Amino acid sequence: MTTESIIWLLPLPPLLAFFLIVLFTNRNKALSHTIAVGAALLSWLGSMVVFFRALQVEHLGDHPFTSMVNWLPTAEEWFRVGVLVDPLSAVTLFFVAWTILMIFLYSVGYNNFGQPRGDHDRAGLPPHGATVLDEHGHAHRVPSIEPMYSRFFAFIGLFAFGMYTLVISDNLLTLFVGWEIMGLCSYLLIGFWYAKPSARAAMIKAFLTTRVGDVFMFLGIVYLYSATGTLNFREIFTEETLHTLATTASGFLGLSAAGLIGLLLFIGTVGKSAQFPLHTWLPDAMEGPTPVSAMIHAATMVSAGVYMVIRIFPLLSAGAEHGQLTTAMSVMSFIGAFTALFAATIALTQTDIKRVLAYSTSSQLGYMIAALGIGAYVAAAFHLVTHAFFKALLFLGSGSVIHGMEHGVLHTEGMAPGEGSVKTPGSALDEALPPPAHREHIDPQDMFNMGGLSRKMPLTFWTFLIGGFALSGFPLVTAGFWSKDEILADAFGHGHWLVFITLALAALLTAFYTMRQITLTFLGEPRTPAADHAQETRWTMTVPLVVLAFFAITAGWVGIPVTFPLLGGLSTHWFHEFVGSTLLEMPETLEFSIVPLLTSLVVALGGLYLGWLVYRQVPAGATDPLRARMGSLYTLLQNKYYIDELYDFLFVRPAKWLSDVFTYRWVDRGLIDGFLHTIAWALSGVGTLFRNWIDKPVVNGFGDLVGEAVKWIGRSFRFVQTGRVQQYMVMALVIAFGTLFYYLYFMLQR
Amino acid sequence: MISLSYFLVFAAALFSIGLYGVLARKNAVAILMGIELMLNAVNINLIAFWRFRTPEWIAGQAFALMVFAVAAAEVAVGLALVISIYRRRNTVAADEIDLLKW
Repeated sequence: MTTESIIWLLPLPPLLAFFLIVLFTNRNKALSHTIAVGAALLSWLGSMVVFFRALQVEHLGDHPFTSMVNWLPTAEEWFRVGVLVDPLSAVTLFFVAWTILMIFLYSVGYNNFGQPRGDHDRAGLPPHGATVLDEHGHAHRVPSIEPMYSRFFAFIGLFAFGMYTLVISDNLLTLFVGWEIMGLCSYLLIGFWYAKPSARAAMIKAFLTTRVGDVFMFLGIVYLYSATGTLNFREIFTEETLHTLATTASGFLGLSAAGLIGLLLFIGTVGKSAQFPLHTWLPDAMEGPTPVSAMIHAATMVSAGVYMVIRIFPLLSAGAEHGQLTTAMSVMSFIGAFTALFAATIALTQTDIKRVLAYSTSSQLGYMIAALGIGAYVAAAFHLVTHAFFKALLFLGSGSVIHGMEHGVLHTEGMAPGEGSVKTPGSALDEALPPPAHREHIDPQDMFNMGGLSRKMPLTFWTFLIGGFALSGFPLVTAGFWSKDEILADAFGHGHWLVFITLALAALLTAFYTMRQITLTFLGEPRTPAADHAQETRWTMTVPLVVLAFFAITAGWVGIPVTFPLLGGLSTHWFHEFVGSTLLEMPETLEFSIVPLLTSLVVALGGLYLGWLVYRQVPAGATDPLRARMGSLYTLLQNKYYIDELYDFLFVRPAKWLSDVFTYRWVDRGLIDGFLHTIAWALSGVGTLFRNWIDKPVVNGFGDLVGEAVKWIGRSFRFVQTGRVQQYMVMALVIAFGTLFYYLYFMLQR
Repeated sequence: MISLSYFLVFAAALFSIGLYGVLARKNAVAILMGIELMLNAVNINLIAFWRFRTPEWIAGQAFALMVFAVAAAEVAVGLALVISIYRRRNTVAADEIDLLKW
């Protein structure tokens, strides 16, 4: 098969899996996950083939794999859609394929395949656990299988389809289609447990917030199409087209057409990649199952936002004089750097293990946006790749932790309150456990309920440690160090001091909250009985962790700068050469400088050490040690700068008022219904008049008259009907005589 | 020779007697007998007119014969009805047989 046909086929297996599961196999859980994981495996295989074939092409940037078909006839020619794999798509395809496959595999274990059905589980709620009796007749609480198991795999299949479509698209339209399919899937998956009100609220919030960005992005696409007549990347990113776009005035705020289009498209990314001010949906999206969080926050959706801006970077930078930033790039660097710091400060105070990671994602994406904003194209793409690996690892690791904690929670529930008293088999399941209301509920996601898990879940601990160190940028070993260092070096080397300082500060906070998370979760002593009884998860969950941990380390090695002391000699600087060739002009290699290197060493190690120092001894039931030191600032951060409340006040409540009071009560009920009611009232009045004055007296009166008259005649003459035959005879005689005389009389007259 | 008017007066008298019987008698059998008298009065009229007016044709005799047959049949049916009524209602008085009234 040619590489192009493989590329065309890449998105299809997950889509087929989606339809197969939804239409046919949804009753059979084992078959459903086999189809879904099999489809992910096929796509992964295809992606690997494409990736390694792409490696063998010389100057892939100039001669990418591309193939197009005519799709939509426009006035004179065809709108063509097709696939494109250039160096950027190739590396994206690589990490997307790996993380998607790992997440699919992980989902099998995460959704408790092979466990019994729950006692009280029902569709739309997370599994609550099942009670089983062992051979001694003791009742145990164990995790139960997800009630909507097949549905989950169908949804993530569709999600994978959206991501593959987006990555291999050669034009903005099909990219946008994949983008929106993922938007739909994230809505469905965040609200997967739709019986929880919080999940319902989160799904609506995520959908509407990203919708804001998507509308602007669509405007950008429309503008681009009307300005250039094409949406194909390779046709837009030619020097003439870019020059025309950069020199055409858009008539809006003095921006060039390229600048306005770039900004509009960038707003789409702000929504999708959870950048300030549209970041609020992402932490709430943690309501979904953990593989979904990993899917949305690492492998696919948020990466898609950054991927798109990296993709359109030539447009954003069009018209930039040497060293000068365009307006769009300045906006990006500002928003990116701000989000990086802003989200990192919020992450400091969150107690939910997944929420910390959510804010950290927002912060890291800000890094990439900022990097792109200052023109560090390769560094942004590099961080995108490494981040996808270690953040997927962290999310899946946190899911594993939560899973282990849930096991502990269920186990300790089974013992309360009689504390291990022997149950007789006769009293069996019903009496073996206290009613749910009497059980003490321990939140298995709260880090302050954990502690000491490194001994219970060693594999999860070590992989999580690798992921966490990669996120913090632990020097030399981890992937995160190399990509983050490159961004900092770029900011420093080009003299963007503000961005450099902000990002360095954010990196310090990142290392701090990461170590806080690791220390609270894994180190020290268990703070709850549940944490004491936590258990390592099964192989379908740990294998993906190990694989991703491998990439969280090695993915960085491909991007070691040649100019780096000692190690630089070993490096081929492959990533820079490969991805850089996507652009028309190869970005130049930076001079090595000791300042950014020292900075990243200090912030990473310093942050990690501080985090360990503050949190190493947190006793059970204690509050966050930072709370006492930071005072009201801590409350501000814990409430996420009250931005949700602000948006509620600014947008949600006015929207509700508009729909409820204005549209519903005033316009709909008052104006439209009022108009209709008036007409109805008038017509009903006319009808009453007709009825009272015409129908009742005239029509009914006539009918009644006929009837009454007949009745009256009958009543009057019925006395002749005596039943006596002789009287009838007399009457006949009288009438006969009468008639006779009558005739005779007239005859005589004549 | 006896003139036609004698026969007509006799027939009229006989008819009137029959009519009176039909109207005045209570017994249903007697009413039937009255009807027979009236029919016979008609027969006398038929024969008398035939004899005095058109003796060359036999239509008058034929009519009379037909009236006999009808009368015989009518009596057979009428008596059967009276017997049937008697069995059910135990009476043959005409004024007590008054089911067909309002």
